[in-house]
Amino acid sequence: MLEIITSPISFFILLSSFVVGAVGSLFFQNKDKQANIWSSFFSIVGSLWGLVFSISTILTKSNLLFSLNKSFFSLLTLSFHVDLLSSFFIFVISLLALFCSIYGLGYVKHFYKKYNIGVLGFFYNLFIGSLFLVVSASNGIFFLIFWEIMSIASYFLVVYDHNDANNVKAGLLYLVMTYVGTSFIIISFLLLYKYIGSFDFSVIKDNISLVPVFIKNIIFISAFIGFGLKAGIIPLHIWLPAAHPAAPSHVSAMMSGVMIKTGIYMMVRLFLDILQPVPLWWGLVVLIVGSISALLGVLYALTEHDIKRLLAYHSIENIGIILLGLGSALTFYSLNLPALALLGLVAALFHTLNHAIFKALLFLSAGSVINEVHTRNMEEYGGLIKYMPQTALFFLVGSIAISALPPFNGFFSEWLTYQALFQGIAQMHFLTQWIFVLAAGSLVFTGGLALACFVKAFGVTFLARPRSHEVIHAKESVFSMRFGMAALALLALLFGVFSGLVTNLLKIISQSLTIFKNSASAVSVLPSQGMSVENGFSSVSGPFIFGLLVIIIFLVFFIFKKVINNKQKISLTNTWDCGTDLTPRAEITATGFSRSIILVFKGLLRPTIQQNIEYYDDQNRYLPKSRTVILNISNTYNTYFYQPLLKVINKLSIRAKKIQNGNINLYISYIFITLLLVLLVIL
Amino acid sequence: MLKFFLKIFKTPKNVISFPKNDPRKMDFFEIGEKIQDKVKKMFNGSLAIRQIDAGSDNSCEQELVALSNSFYDIERFGIHFVASPRHADMLLVTGPVTRNMAKALKDAYDGTPNPKIVVAVGDDAIDGGIFRDSYAVLNGVDSVIPVDYQIPGDPPTPMTIIYSLLNILETLENKSLSKK
Amino acid sequence: MTIFVWIIQLFFVPALSPLCIGIIRKIKAKLQNRQGANVFQPYKDIWKLLHKDEVVSKDASWIFRFTPYIVFAVTIVVGLSIPIFLSRISEFGASDILIIVYTLAIGTFFMALSGMDTGSAFGGFGSSREMTVSALAEGGFIFSLLTMALLAGSTNLFVMSDVTRTITSQSFLPTILAFGGFFIVLLAETSRFPFDNPATHLELTMIHEAMILEYSGKRLALMEWAASNKLLIFIILGVNIFFPFGLVINGGWGMIILSIFYFLVKIFLFCLAIAVLESSMAKFRFFRLPDLLLISFIFNVVAIGLIQWSR
Repeated sequence: MLEIITSPISFFILLSSFVVGAVGSLFFQNKDKQANIWSSFFSIVGSLWGLVFSISTILTKSNLLFSLNKSFFSLLTLSFHVDLLSSFFIFVISLLALFCSIYGLGYVKHFYKKYNIGVLGFFYNLFIGSLFLVVSASNGIFFLIFWEIMSIASYFLVVYDHNDANNVKAGLLYLVMTYVGTSFIIISFLLLYKYIGSFDFSVIKDNISLVPVFIKNIIFISAFIGFGLKAGIIPLHIWLPAAHPAAPSHVSAMMSGVMIKTGIYMMVRLFLDILQPVPLWWGLVVLIVGSISALLGVLYALTEHDIKRLLAYHSIENIGIILLGLGSALTFYSLNLPALALLGLVAALFHTLNHAIFKALLFLSAGSVINEVHTRNMEEYGGLIKYMPQTALFFLVGSIAISALPPFNGFFSEWLTYQALFQGIAQMHFLTQWIFVLAAGSLVFTGGLALACFVKAFGVTFLARPRSHEVIHAKESVFSMRFGMAALALLALLFGVFSGLVTNLLKIISQSLTIFKNSASAVSVLPSQGMSVENGFSSVSGPFIFGLLVIIIFLVFFIFKKVINNKQKISLTNTWDCGTDLTPRAEITATGFSRSIILVFKGLLRPTIQQNIEYYDDQNRYLPKSRTVILNISNTYNTYFYQPLLKVINKLSIRAKKIQNGNINLYISYIFITLLLVLLVIL
Repeated sequence: MLKFFLKIFKTPKNVISFPKNDPRKMDFFEIGEKIQDKVKKMFNGSLAIRQIDAGSDNSCEQELVALSNSFYDIERFGIHFVASPRHADMLLVTGPVTRNMAKALKDAYDGTPNPKIVVAVGDDAIDGGIFRDSYAVLNGVDSVIPVDYQIPGDPPTPMTIIYSLLNILETLENKSLSKK
Repeated sequence: MTIFVWIIQLFFVPALSPLCIGIIRKIKAKLQNRQGANVFQPYKDIWKLLHKDEVVSKDASWIFRFTPYIVFAVTIVVGLSIPIFLSRISEFGASDILIIVYTLAIGTFFMALSGMDTGSAFGGFGSSREMTVSALAEGGFIFSLLTMALLAGSTNLFVMSDVTRTITSQSFLPTILAFGGFFIVLLAETSRFPFDNPATHLELTMIHEAMILEYSGKRLALMEWAASNKLLIFIILGVNIFFPFGLVINGGWGMIILSIFYFLVKIFLFCLAIAVLESSMAKFRFFRLPDLLLISFIFNVVAIGLIQWSR
């Protein structure tokens, strides 16, 4: 039975479920409800099968390598390689696809009668199917084909809500940036082909010594730019805060949860598996880029008051944290410390899993809120906890998990990342050590600022009084949406409490990579399900923390509420307002909340203030009627990086245009000269 | 810095003590229902006062501010001033209640948790004082909220206020705080 | 025997913390030439508040009602996991430095949310300022404990306090620098001068007090008690990690009594230092506080550099 599940056949069953779901939904013209049910059913079934497939592959440690040999094209061997690393990513993708599809059943209802649901189902299933293919492809050309399918499917999903012009612009920016990234990836694959002669990953891995060191560095740089652009590192991130909010919320969850992780997957595959051995500076570059992305990501998130843009910037921050783990793994391995490198890789993979879960949870709850209040602007929310209590609870769980507070899962993966960095500080020599100190410093500030940002996001959205009229009409979401969110919240808690178990599995997965085949690991799991690093330098225990916190909170609650003074009476009145009448205008706004932090970091963020005043009487400007303050940050990347680049490209294009001056005689002379040159070369 | 600390240690103690039975200093009226003994026992060791200015001319406030200086030092009796009515046990109201402050005073009273004591300090707060029957005032605190004690005086001296507070709480009868 | 120690530690921090606050207030009053309240006054305040009724705002949700229990429980959990008078006991799963920092952050998170929950202007900006200070203070906090962990070779607090007793002259300067950074973080996280005035009445200058303006009765007692617990926890960390002379590794009851005595003397000295500091400086303007917190961070980075340089 297990052999059938872990065979290539089952992988194709997985894919075919999504293909059927995709193609089938196109046939439901104008029958919205049936299209929704058809596409959701097949994606749910497919993701359940994907979960079964990936879990059995991991548990049996099997290594699937199969290819369909088309003997007439030696370049195009359609080969798949599902090893433990790929099946881990398949697990993450299926987990998220399952709950996002269940959520989608209820969420898509608000697109009925506005757009074609069949098209949504088609692109959604195509997108998820292509994600599976991307993480399992083993041939460069087919990898690029599936990468393109993934990008195009996600483009159509981003511009699905095309009545809003901003979404269309966001989609265009996304498409352009994705193609820029893909071109860098193509450069690396072409360079590899030139020196090795094949696009197949296993062939490249065996013959990597044929590539000279200088070319390997260029391959690293272009692959890092290409995959980093997909992952969303700074300064290549500008598409992320535009595209992720524009898509429907369950698609945003998938994009933020897994699509950007495919960039991480390929970085692990290339840098730790295929291109070994690597020089020291690769790991240091990844560490530096990771620290900058983490810190700047969270700072930009603090300036946002569009709830989905805020979550998109947090994805950038968490990619930074994952890159810190990955960078430390690369650094340690290049210095011949495989045990510590394993620790870094386990930290990166654990954070990938955790971020997928809590980011999806946050996007789904934000989607429920946006569905009810019809705006993404946080300044118009407020008091939603009374109208949507369960959604508020799920968003709270997501906020606690992403701020890395025990006992949820975010804490344990950040703990592992910290340990990798602390080991770097403890054991490295001068220059490397200072880069680790810089990385650890950015991680501590990132943790604190993320906490501040989610106090703002949760507080302004759900607490206090409603700030706009729409909020009063909000209702709790339908059951399928709540089920999707509840399951993810429960998983966030479970992966935290049982982090020892997960670390063990991740250790097995990481040790399956060739470079780590026989090495011990710096992180070990104690019998009490706790984790311990480097023989007791640090240790922590998930179930213990969880149990301790729960017991003591319960004891305190019981003693103080029931035992001491239980005859106390509680009366309800208005908030103390110093004698004035409290309106919603007296509450803190999202802009006001983060103003202090923005002004503290004003060198990095360059805030701009815009003030408008409206008077009762324009001639006699004495009594103001209303005053608006808009606090924004200036768009540094556009101004200093992309616009100059565009200007240079424009200038070059204008010069190149001179070749086409419309004169037929000149064109004929071009053909004549080219013909002469070709004849000369051949002869 | 050293001179600063030396100066602190050289200044003599100048706190005023409150002997137990000095009848010429006691001067307060009790109106309304008698506060239960249970409540007085609770506030005996620790009392939080929120002072509300209901349109006063600040003479009483200046005397109340003097309560926290090193001569009168009300903190040694366990009494301290707080910022929010939610934290308060006793409301000290001064000033004839002006029309604009009537609602604020009522809100502050509603926002104070039970059990609470309301004390009207100064002649203005008792019945309007020198502003009595003006168009702008409501003639005393008990037209807005129920008052438990009244301390007359325009303004009452800090000695009077402290003696009255200690006797309201029956602190002086229970413990001898005269030797401090 | 270990069980007895854990049970004593469970009640030690909540039992002793109001006394510390009382001592600080008394010393400040004496420095102002006043008599000041009794040293045991905070106990009387808490007792009275526990017996009062409560007034809760209509706009508040379950977060407002539940936060005091969470914040208080968090301080008890952390008080249970730090070395107080015994330095090396069996492995306690919650004594890692990151657990301590992030568990205290749970308390900060919920307190900031409860400040925003009632929709009053004071609570809102109190939460905003608290999150600014706390976000920047975490840097100094983790790094000061990390410096001592690098010196000791472990991030377990018990092992750290044990190893620092046998300090060499080479590690003296990093320890002092790390302590300087830690002291600034102590003042920040427990809302003392120059970050916040705990006795102020001006709401516009409050940071921590502004978030608890809406609480009354039992919940107010828990919030104030939790704040004093946090102060005592930070003092204990400062005392036992940076100056653990007098701590006992394993010993009989006689040694433990002696170590408790040393410990109480050290706590008194710390309270004296805080009270004298509060009486001799003014509160800083809010936008000067991030500079102070970054100074704390840099002290610790320099200390880490000195450790590695001297190896």
